[in-house]
Amino acid sequence: MAGRWRRALLLFASGVTAGFFLAVLLVHPARAQDVGQIKVSKGAVSIERSGQKLPATVGAKVQPGDVVKTGGDGSVGILFVDASLLSAGPNSVLAIDKFVFDSTTNQGAFESTLTKGTLSAVSGKIAKQSPDAMKVKTPAAVLGVRGTEFAVRAIGPGD
Amino acid sequence: MTERAVTARAVVDLLGLLLLFGCARPVPPPPAPVATPTRDDLVVLLPDQDGKTGALSVTHAGTERVLDTPRAAARITEEGRIVTGIATPEEVQQAFGAALAAQPPRPVSFLLYFLEGKDELTPESQAVLQRVFAELARRPSPEIVVIGHTDRVGTVPFNDALSLRRARKVRDDLVKLGIPADRIEVAGRGEREPLVPTDDEVAEPQNRRVEISVR
Repeated sequence: MAGRWRRALLLFASGVTAGFFLAVLLVHPARAQDVGQIKVSKGAVSIERSGQKLPATVGAKVQPGDVVKTGGDGSVGILFVDASLLSAGPNSVLAIDKFVFDSTTNQGAFESTLTKGTLSAVSGKIAKQSPDAMKVKTPAAVLGVRGTEFAVRAIGPGD
Repeated sequence: MTERAVTARAVVDLLGLLLLFGCARPVPPPPAPVATPTRDDLVVLLPDQDGKTGALSVTHAGTERVLDTPRAAARITEEGRIVTGIATPEEVQQAFGAALAAQPPRPVSFLLYFLEGKDELTPESQAVLQRVFAELARRPSPEIVVIGHTDRVGTVPFNDALSLRRARKVRDDLVKLGIPADRIEVAGRGEREPLVPTDDEVAEPQNRRVEISVR
Protein backbone atom coordinates (compact mmCIF):
# COMPACT_ATOMS: atom_id res chain seq x y z
CA MET A 1 0.00 0.00 0.00
CA ALA A 2 2.66 2.46 1.09
CA GLY A 3 4.77 1.44 -1.95
CA ARG A 4 1.89 2.14 -4.30
CA TRP A 5 1.35 5.58 -2.73
CA ARG A 6 5.03 6.33 -2.99
CA ARG A 7 4.98 5.32 -6.65
CA ALA A 8 1.92 7.47 -7.29
CA LEU A 9 3.55 10.41 -5.53
CA LEU A 10 6.74 9.91 -7.54
CA LEU A 11 4.74 9.79 -10.77
CA PHE A 12 2.88 12.93 -9.75
CA ALA A 13 6.10 14.71 -8.80
CA SER A 14 7.83 13.78 -12.04
CA GLY A 15 4.75 14.91 -13.97
CA VAL A 16 4.80 18.25 -12.20
CA THR A 17 8.54 18.58 -12.84
CA ALA A 18 8.15 17.74 -16.52
CA GLY A 19 5.24 20.17 -16.76
CA PHE A 20 7.31 22.84 -15.10
CA PHE A 21 10.20 22.36 -17.50
CA LEU A 22 7.81 22.34 -20.44
CA ALA A 23 6.28 25.59 -19.19
CA VAL A 24 9.75 27.12 -18.80
CA LEU A 25 10.61 26.02 -22.33
CA LEU A 26 7.40 27.53 -23.67
CA VAL A 27 7.75 30.80 -21.79
CA HIS A 28 11.51 31.11 -22.31
CA PRO A 29 12.47 29.58 -25.62
CA ALA A 30 16.14 28.71 -25.91
CA ARG A 31 18.35 31.62 -26.95
CA ALA A 32 15.87 34.14 -25.52
CA GLN A 33 18.79 36.48 -24.87
CA ASP A 34 19.86 36.45 -28.51
CA VAL A 35 18.47 39.59 -30.08
CA GLY A 36 20.53 39.77 -33.24
CA GLN A 37 23.02 38.00 -35.41
CA ILE A 38 26.27 39.03 -37.07
CA LYS A 39 25.68 38.79 -40.82
CA VAL A 40 28.73 40.64 -42.12
CA SER A 41 32.18 40.59 -40.52
CA LYS A 42 35.34 41.95 -42.17
CA GLY A 43 38.79 42.37 -40.63
CA ALA A 44 39.13 42.64 -36.86
CA VAL A 45 35.74 42.48 -35.12
CA SER A 46 34.95 41.33 -31.58
CA ILE A 47 32.05 41.12 -29.15
CA GLU A 48 32.69 41.93 -25.50
CA ARG A 49 30.25 40.21 -23.16
CA SER A 50 30.56 40.34 -19.34
CA GLY A 51 34.31 40.91 -19.49
CA GLN A 52 34.92 38.24 -22.13
CA LYS A 53 36.08 38.89 -25.67
CA LEU A 54 34.24 36.71 -28.20
CA PRO A 55 34.92 36.37 -31.92
CA ALA A 56 32.31 38.18 -34.00
CA THR A 57 32.19 35.79 -36.92
CA VAL A 58 29.24 35.53 -39.30
CA GLY A 59 26.45 33.72 -37.44
CA ALA A 60 27.55 34.87 -33.95
CA LYS A 61 24.63 35.97 -31.77
CA VAL A 62 24.32 39.42 -30.22
CA GLN A 63 22.76 39.99 -26.78
CA PRO A 64 21.75 43.08 -24.79
CA GLY A 65 24.80 44.40 -22.94
CA ASP A 66 27.21 43.36 -25.69
CA VAL A 67 29.81 45.81 -26.95
CA VAL A 68 30.80 45.28 -30.58
CA LYS A 69 34.24 46.62 -31.57
CA THR A 70 35.93 46.92 -34.93
CA GLY A 71 39.64 47.44 -35.63
CA GLY A 72 41.29 49.72 -38.18
CA ASP A 73 40.48 47.27 -41.00
CA GLY A 74 37.18 46.05 -39.51
CA SER A 75 33.51 46.44 -40.30
CA VAL A 76 30.47 44.57 -39.06
CA GLY A 77 26.79 44.19 -39.97
CA ILE A 78 24.16 43.03 -37.45
CA LEU A 79 20.54 42.08 -38.14
CA PHE A 80 18.22 42.25 -35.12
CA VAL A 81 15.11 40.14 -34.51
CA ASP A 82 12.78 43.09 -35.19
CA ALA A 83 14.52 43.49 -38.60
CA SER A 84 16.47 46.54 -37.43
CA LEU A 85 19.90 46.63 -38.94
CA LEU A 86 23.07 48.24 -37.63
CA SER A 87 26.42 48.23 -39.38
CA ALA A 88 29.66 49.82 -38.20
CA GLY A 89 32.79 50.94 -40.04
CA PRO A 90 36.44 50.75 -38.85
CA ASN A 91 37.59 51.79 -35.34
CA SER A 92 34.07 51.71 -33.95
CA VAL A 93 32.69 50.88 -30.50
CA LEU A 94 28.98 50.05 -30.49
CA ALA A 95 27.12 49.04 -27.30
CA ILE A 96 23.75 47.30 -27.38
CA ASP A 97 22.33 48.87 -24.21
CA LYS A 98 18.77 47.59 -24.35
CA PHE A 99 16.69 45.44 -26.66
CA VAL A 100 13.14 44.32 -25.87
CA PHE A 101 10.80 43.09 -28.59
CA ASP A 102 7.35 41.46 -28.54
CA SER A 103 6.89 39.71 -31.88
CA THR A 104 3.09 39.64 -31.42
CA THR A 105 2.52 43.36 -30.80
CA ASN A 106 5.81 44.61 -32.32
CA GLN A 107 6.22 46.75 -29.20
CA GLY A 108 9.63 47.11 -27.66
CA ALA A 109 12.63 49.30 -26.99
CA PHE A 110 16.01 49.41 -28.68
CA GLU A 111 18.82 51.57 -27.34
CA SER A 112 22.40 51.53 -28.48
CA THR A 113 25.45 53.75 -28.03
CA LEU A 114 28.10 54.55 -30.60
CA THR A 115 31.02 55.60 -28.40
CA LYS A 116 33.23 56.18 -31.40
CA GLY A 117 33.43 55.39 -35.09
CA THR A 118 30.75 55.21 -37.76
CA LEU A 119 27.38 53.54 -37.83
CA SER A 120 24.71 53.07 -40.46
CA ALA A 121 21.23 52.09 -39.30
CA VAL A 122 17.92 50.95 -40.71
CA SER A 123 15.14 50.88 -38.15
CA GLY A 124 12.82 47.88 -37.91
CA LYS A 125 9.50 46.87 -36.43
CA ILE A 126 10.10 48.43 -32.98
CA ALA A 127 10.49 51.97 -34.38
CA LYS A 128 7.68 51.41 -36.87
CA GLN A 129 5.28 50.41 -34.09
CA SER A 130 6.35 53.10 -31.60
CA PRO A 131 8.24 56.14 -32.87
CA ASP A 132 11.08 57.09 -30.51
CA ALA A 133 11.19 53.55 -29.02
CA MET A 134 14.52 53.26 -30.85
CA LYS A 135 17.33 55.50 -29.70
CA VAL A 136 20.95 55.79 -30.69
CA LYS A 137 23.29 57.69 -28.39
CA THR A 138 26.70 59.16 -29.04
CA PRO A 139 28.90 60.92 -26.46
CA ALA A 140 27.46 64.22 -27.77
CA ALA A 141 23.88 63.50 -28.80
CA VAL A 142 20.76 61.36 -28.46
CA LEU A 143 18.94 60.37 -31.66
CA GLY A 144 15.23 59.57 -31.59
CA VAL A 145 14.45 57.32 -34.54
CA ARG A 146 11.14 57.90 -36.32
CA GLY A 147 12.30 55.85 -39.33
CA THR A 148 14.15 54.59 -41.05
CA GLU A 149 17.67 54.99 -42.51
CA PHE A 150 20.47 57.14 -41.19
CA ALA A 151 24.18 57.27 -40.47
CA VAL A 152 26.11 58.51 -37.45
CA ARG A 153 29.73 59.44 -36.82
CA ALA A 154 31.05 59.82 -33.28
CA ILE A 155 34.44 61.23 -32.45
CA GLY A 156 35.63 59.38 -29.37
CA PRO A 157 37.51 61.08 -26.55
CA GLY A 158 40.78 59.40 -27.52
CA ASP A 159 40.49 60.07 -31.27
CA MET B 1 8.81 110.41 -64.85
CA THR B 2 12.23 111.72 -64.00
CA GLU B 3 15.28 109.99 -65.26
CA ARG B 4 16.04 108.89 -61.70
CA ALA B 5 12.55 107.40 -61.25
CA VAL B 6 12.93 105.51 -64.52
CA THR B 7 16.24 104.07 -63.37
CA ALA B 8 14.75 103.11 -60.00
CA ARG B 9 11.79 101.49 -61.78
CA ALA B 10 14.16 99.57 -64.06
CA VAL B 11 16.08 98.31 -61.03
CA VAL B 12 12.85 97.16 -59.37
CA ASP B 13 11.77 95.40 -62.58
CA LEU B 14 15.15 93.75 -62.88
CA LEU B 15 14.96 92.57 -59.25
CA GLY B 16 11.45 91.24 -59.85
CA LEU B 17 12.67 89.40 -62.94
CA LEU B 18 15.58 87.97 -61.02
CA LEU B 19 13.26 86.84 -58.25
CA LEU B 20 10.88 85.29 -60.77
CA PHE B 21 13.76 83.64 -62.55
CA GLY B 22 15.16 82.46 -59.23
CA CYS B 23 11.82 81.03 -58.12
CA ALA B 24 11.17 79.22 -61.36
CA ARG B 25 14.33 77.17 -60.97
CA PRO B 26 14.90 74.46 -58.37
CA VAL B 27 16.66 75.81 -55.33
CA PRO B 28 20.32 74.77 -55.54
CA PRO B 29 21.66 72.84 -52.54
CA PRO B 30 23.50 74.97 -50.00
CA PRO B 31 27.10 75.17 -51.15
CA ALA B 32 28.61 74.94 -47.64
CA PRO B 33 29.60 71.28 -47.15
CA VAL B 34 27.96 70.36 -43.85
CA ALA B 35 29.86 67.14 -43.28
CA THR B 36 33.36 68.28 -44.11
CA PRO B 37 34.97 69.06 -40.75
CA THR B 38 35.75 65.41 -40.06
CA ARG B 39 36.59 66.05 -36.40
CA ASP B 40 32.95 66.63 -35.48
CA ASP B 41 30.11 64.25 -34.62
CA LEU B 42 27.77 63.94 -37.56
CA VAL B 43 24.27 62.56 -38.18
CA VAL B 44 22.78 62.18 -41.67
CA LEU B 45 19.25 61.03 -42.50
CA LEU B 46 19.30 58.84 -45.60
CA PRO B 47 16.55 58.07 -48.11
CA ASP B 48 14.99 54.60 -47.72
CA GLN B 49 15.42 51.95 -50.39
CA ASP B 50 11.90 52.69 -51.64
CA GLY B 51 12.82 56.36 -52.12
CA LYS B 52 10.94 57.70 -49.08
CA THR B 53 12.67 59.49 -46.24
CA GLY B 54 11.79 59.08 -42.54
CA ALA B 55 12.68 61.40 -39.68
CA LEU B 56 15.19 61.59 -36.89
CA SER B 57 15.45 63.87 -33.87
CA VAL B 58 18.91 64.94 -32.75
CA THR B 59 19.19 66.24 -29.19
CA HIS B 60 22.36 67.83 -27.90
CA ALA B 61 22.64 69.77 -24.64
CA GLY B 62 18.88 70.34 -24.44
CA THR B 63 18.51 71.48 -28.07
CA GLU B 64 16.50 69.29 -30.42
CA ARG B 65 16.66 69.39 -34.21
CA VAL B 66 14.50 67.22 -36.43
CA LEU B 67 15.95 65.91 -39.69
CA ASP B 68 13.27 64.94 -42.21
CA THR B 69 14.58 65.53 -45.72
CA PRO B 70 16.93 63.34 -47.80
CA ARG B 71 20.53 63.65 -46.57
CA ALA B 72 19.55 66.27 -43.98
CA ALA B 73 22.55 66.45 -41.68
CA ALA B 74 23.35 67.71 -38.19
CA ARG B 75 26.96 68.29 -37.17
CA ILE B 76 27.90 68.92 -33.57
CA THR B 77 30.94 71.15 -33.46
CA GLU B 78 33.73 70.87 -30.90
CA GLU B 79 32.37 74.09 -29.35
CA GLY B 80 29.05 72.29 -28.84
CA ARG B 81 26.90 73.92 -31.51
CA ILE B 82 24.54 72.00 -33.81
CA VAL B 83 25.00 72.96 -37.46
CA THR B 84 22.38 71.65 -39.89
CA GLY B 85 22.42 71.40 -43.67
CA ILE B 86 22.22 68.92 -46.51
CA ALA B 87 25.09 66.49 -47.04
CA THR B 88 26.10 65.60 -50.59
CA PRO B 89 26.10 61.95 -51.70
CA GLU B 90 29.90 62.23 -51.91
CA GLU B 91 30.13 63.41 -48.29
CA VAL B 92 27.90 60.51 -47.19
CA GLN B 93 30.09 58.03 -49.08
CA GLN B 94 33.28 59.54 -47.70
CA ALA B 95 32.09 59.58 -44.09
CA PHE B 96 30.08 56.32 -44.02
CA GLY B 97 31.20 54.25 -47.03
CA ALA B 98 32.66 51.38 -44.98
CA ALA B 99 29.70 51.21 -42.56
CA LEU B 100 27.18 51.29 -45.44
CA ALA B 101 29.09 48.57 -47.30
CA ALA B 102 28.79 46.31 -44.22
CA GLN B 103 24.96 46.41 -44.17
CA PRO B 104 23.52 42.89 -44.21
CA PRO B 105 20.97 42.05 -46.92
CA ARG B 106 17.45 43.22 -45.96
CA PRO B 107 14.92 40.55 -44.93
CA VAL B 108 12.48 39.56 -47.67
CA SER B 109 8.99 38.11 -47.17
CA PHE B 110 7.10 35.39 -49.01
CA LEU B 111 3.51 34.27 -48.53
CA LEU B 112 2.85 30.54 -48.47
CA TYR B 113 -0.51 28.85 -48.72
CA PHE B 114 -1.11 25.19 -47.92
CA LEU B 115 -3.78 22.91 -49.33
CA GLU B 116 -6.74 22.77 -47.00
CA GLY B 117 -6.31 20.05 -44.37
CA LYS B 118 -3.00 18.84 -45.82
CA ASP B 119 0.72 19.23 -45.25
CA GLU B 120 1.01 20.02 -48.91
CA LEU B 121 1.71 23.37 -50.52
CA THR B 122 -0.53 24.73 -53.24
CA PRO B 123 1.14 24.50 -56.71
CA GLU B 124 1.75 28.28 -56.67
CA SER B 125 3.41 28.03 -53.27
CA GLN B 126 5.66 25.18 -54.52
CA ALA B 127 7.16 27.73 -56.91
CA VAL B 128 7.40 30.31 -54.11
CA LEU B 129 9.21 27.74 -51.99
CA GLN B 130 11.90 27.39 -54.67
CA ARG B 131 12.45 31.14 -54.34
CA VAL B 132 12.64 30.77 -50.55
CA PHE B 133 15.39 28.15 -50.97
CA ALA B 134 17.25 30.33 -53.49
CA GLU B 135 17.03 33.28 -51.08
CA LEU B 136 18.34 31.13 -48.20
CA ALA B 137 21.27 29.98 -50.34
CA ARG B 138 22.49 33.47 -51.16
CA ARG B 139 22.41 34.81 -47.60
CA PRO B 140 25.13 34.75 -44.93
CA SER B 141 24.00 32.62 -41.96
CA PRO B 142 20.37 32.57 -43.14
CA GLU B 143 17.36 32.40 -40.83
CA ILE B 144 13.62 32.21 -41.28
CA VAL B 145 10.90 33.83 -39.21
CA VAL B 146 7.49 32.28 -39.82
CA ILE B 147 4.84 34.88 -38.98
CA GLY B 148 1.21 33.81 -38.67
CA HIS B 149 -1.70 36.17 -39.33
CA THR B 150 -5.48 35.85 -38.95
CA ASP B 151 -8.57 37.70 -40.11
CA ARG B 152 -10.66 39.65 -37.58
CA VAL B 153 -13.18 36.94 -36.73
CA GLY B 154 -12.76 36.09 -33.03
CA THR B 155 -11.18 37.88 -30.09
CA VAL B 156 -7.68 39.33 -30.12
CA PRO B 157 -6.29 36.71 -27.67
CA PHE B 158 -7.93 33.89 -29.68
CA ASN B 159 -6.38 35.18 -32.89
CA ASP B 160 -2.97 35.66 -31.24
CA ALA B 161 -3.01 31.98 -30.29
CA LEU B 162 -4.41 30.89 -33.67
CA SER B 163 -1.78 32.83 -35.64
CA LEU B 164 0.97 31.24 -33.55
CA ARG B 165 -0.51 27.76 -34.18
CA ARG B 166 -0.52 28.47 -37.91
CA ALA B 167 3.08 29.64 -37.79
CA ARG B 168 4.18 26.52 -35.86
CA LYS B 169 2.37 24.32 -38.34
CA VAL B 170 4.24 25.93 -41.24
CA ARG B 171 7.52 25.73 -39.33
CA ASP B 172 7.01 21.98 -38.93
CA ASP B 173 6.24 21.72 -42.64
CA LEU B 174 9.41 23.64 -43.52
CA VAL B 175 11.45 21.35 -41.27
CA LYS B 176 10.00 18.35 -43.14
CA LEU B 177 11.09 20.04 -46.36
CA GLY B 178 14.67 20.05 -45.13
CA ILE B 179 15.23 23.42 -43.43
CA PRO B 180 17.08 22.99 -40.10
CA ALA B 181 14.72 23.63 -37.16
CA ASP B 182 17.27 25.80 -35.32
CA ARG B 183 17.17 28.26 -38.22
CA ILE B 184 13.44 28.88 -37.87
CA GLU B 185 11.70 31.17 -35.38
CA VAL B 186 7.93 31.59 -35.13
CA ALA B 187 5.79 34.62 -34.37
CA GLY B 188 2.03 35.20 -34.30
CA ARG B 189 0.75 38.68 -35.11
CA GLY B 190 -2.90 37.73 -34.67
CA GLU B 191 -5.26 40.13 -36.43
CA ARG B 192 -2.98 43.15 -36.07
CA GLU B 193 -1.51 43.23 -39.56
CA PRO B 194 -4.25 42.48 -42.11
CA LEU B 195 -3.32 42.29 -45.77
CA VAL B 196 -6.85 43.52 -46.57
CA PRO B 197 -8.16 45.95 -43.92
CA THR B 198 -11.67 44.99 -42.73
CA ASP B 199 -14.10 45.78 -39.91
CA ASP B 200 -13.99 43.56 -36.84
CA GLU B 201 -15.59 40.09 -37.17
CA VAL B 202 -15.28 40.07 -40.97
CA ALA B 203 -14.03 36.81 -42.51
CA GLU B 204 -11.29 37.50 -45.07
CA PRO B 205 -9.36 34.52 -46.53
CA GLN B 206 -6.49 36.75 -47.72
CA ASN B 207 -5.76 37.75 -44.13
CA ARG B 208 -5.54 34.11 -42.98
CA ARG B 209 -1.98 33.72 -44.15
CA VAL B 210 1.49 32.77 -43.08
CA GLU B 211 4.42 34.97 -43.96
CA ILE B 212 7.93 33.60 -44.36
CA SER B 213 10.57 36.22 -43.64
CA VAL B 214 13.98 35.14 -44.96
CA ARG B 215 16.74 37.10 -43.28
